Amino acid sequence: MWNLLKIELLKIFKRPRTYIAFGAITAIVFLVQLALKLDGKSYIDLLLSNLSGSFEFSGEFKSKLLNGYLVCFAILTTVLIQMPLLVALIAGDSIAGEANMGTLRLSLIRPVSRTQYMIMKFLASVIYTIALLTWMAILALFGSMLIFGTNDLVVLRSTGIDQIAAADVLWRYVIAFGYAAVALTTIAALAFLLSVFAENSIGPIIATMSIIIVFTILSEMNIPFYDNTIKPWLFTTHMVAWKGFFYVKATDDGVTISGSVANLPAILRSLVILLCYITVFVFTAIRVFRKKDILS
Amino acid sequence: MDSIISVKNLVKDFREVRAVHDLSFEVGEGKVYGFLGQNGAGKSTTIRMLLTLVEPTAGEIKIFNMDLKKHRKEILRQVGAVIERPDLYKYLTGMENLRIFATMSGIKISEKKLMEELDRVGLAMRAHSKVKTYSQGMKQRLGIATALVHDPKLIILDEPTNGLDPQGIADIRNLILHLSNDLFKTIFISSHLLSEMELIADSMLIIDKGKKVVEGNVKELFDPAETIVQLKTTDNNGAYEKIKKSELKKFLHDRNPECIMLKLHRDEVPALVKELVQMDIGVMYLDSRHSLEDYFLSLTSGQQHVEPFKN
Repeated sequence: MWNLLKIELLKIFKRPRTYIAFGAITAIVFLVQLALKLDGKSYIDLLLSNLSGSFEFSGEFKSKLLNGYLVCFAILTTVLIQMPLLVALIAGDSIAGEANMGTLRLSLIRPVSRTQYMIMKFLASVIYTIALLTWMAILALFGSMLIFGTNDLVVLRSTGIDQIAAADVLWRYVIAFGYAAVALTTIAALAFLLSVFAENSIGPIIATMSIIIVFTILSEMNIPFYDNTIKPWLFTTHMVAWKGFFYVKATDDGVTISGSVANLPAILRSLVILLCYITVFVFTAIRVFRKKDILS
Repeated sequence: MDSIISVKNLVKDFREVRAVHDLSFEVGEGKVYGFLGQNGAGKSTTIRMLLTLVEPTAGEIKIFNMDLKKHRKEILRQVGAVIERPDLYKYLTGMENLRIFATMSGIKISEKKLMEELDRVGLAMRAHSKVKTYSQGMKQRLGIATALVHDPKLIILDEPTNGLDPQGIADIRNLILHLSNDLFKTIFISSHLLSEMELIADSMLIIDKGKKVVEGNVKELFDPAETIVQLKTTDNNGAYEKIKKSELKKFLHDRNPECIMLKLHRDEVPALVKELVQMDIGVMYLDSRHSLEDYFLSLTSGQQHVEPFKN
């Protein structure tokens, strides 16, 4: 099994197109960091503009606000929305790309079961997703910590602001990246499933993105009927739950409780729903593939 | 002799289309078995069923006396195959491609052994070049190397000479003969070129529209007594009348507006030519070929010139 996984990883990481995603993330993170380094004050002013009517912020507070943790939070909020495309590029290509190249039939005439083959393909896509996220973490978190330094993280919520002590931030990022990995694995599983039905990778990639766009629109719409029926079950609703790790509990006096998470059960529920999606997508993909006639 | 492949009443339907009809055949150990038919005859579908890529609608396939469905892994461990075009990972080198397929075949193989395999197909010098820089013939040979890398007992090749130049075709032919004669491999090879099969196969099966048409030993199928001579003259009607009244009457086989067809032993062809000249028949064109070839051509051209070949 390990040998098969190594082969799948070799196929992914020897392919030049794989590095387009890494290049894209590097470029985006660098551009955000550059903009904030050159003109971070404007960004902070914009960020606080909604709250300036209720609160008054000192210059010292504002200067502390712009730090590596906040920059990473800003990058994650924007870049994680775009990452499904980068994940779908590889996962959607995993079976359909092999069919298109004509290598699928050469692989399936080897003494490897189709289930084994599919599991290894999916695991390789997951490893790629984790590698992409790790690269992003290195650049966005550790890069920003180096460039901007560290300080308390201030996160805006509709109900106000959460200020998390610098010493209480890093573990939240580690878990948030872990959660993001599960969220993106859901996308990989969806693209992987669609890949089984196609003989050209463009189809599954476009189909995956179309589903994400439709689900995201449904998740974002404020229509009461959908709020209680469809929304709680859409995977897109739960993909952004990583932000919950940065919402903290506070005492009655308004003091942030270190190490707390405001609504951990909701995050765990989202996690379970995503894991269910992954299981259903992968199980269906394997089931369909086991019965499929390979005519490519 | 033991059967390496035994196929019984194989059927494959793609929705309403029946691609393979009740096909049965046996392939003996150590033989080169030619599987012939025009494009769309059902060759590739049959091969894909032999390799578990396509699920049969009905019928039984046994390889090495084991049921293919029940013993898939065990069987495929001893089978090497190239199906249609030798599509490989173009962004990887020949060596990397070979290593991938060797690993997938469940064998541990050294770099030295991989190089020997590449050398066997004449690719050692280009082992570390990316496959996208290979010619069609080189890709085909690398494809065959991937089929041989785990030293299989049975080799299945689907149209291995497709798209190759004459030298490439000769290279593949020599390789197949080497595998059969020197390494005693059983080879199941499909083609739409009867002349190629005649040169390398011990037995052959011709299928048309998914049905078996002819099966047998190549030497028997290409019996020299079954030679068909196609004759075009300056006056076909006049020539036909003259032949009908002569000793050559017994050779008359068929006629159409373009030519007269005579059936005779291959050794009698020179005498026929001499006789035609003596009869003052203006011969414009004379072509002799085996009746099986003539029949096969009628299949591939979609026209029935002669009666179906009966072995």
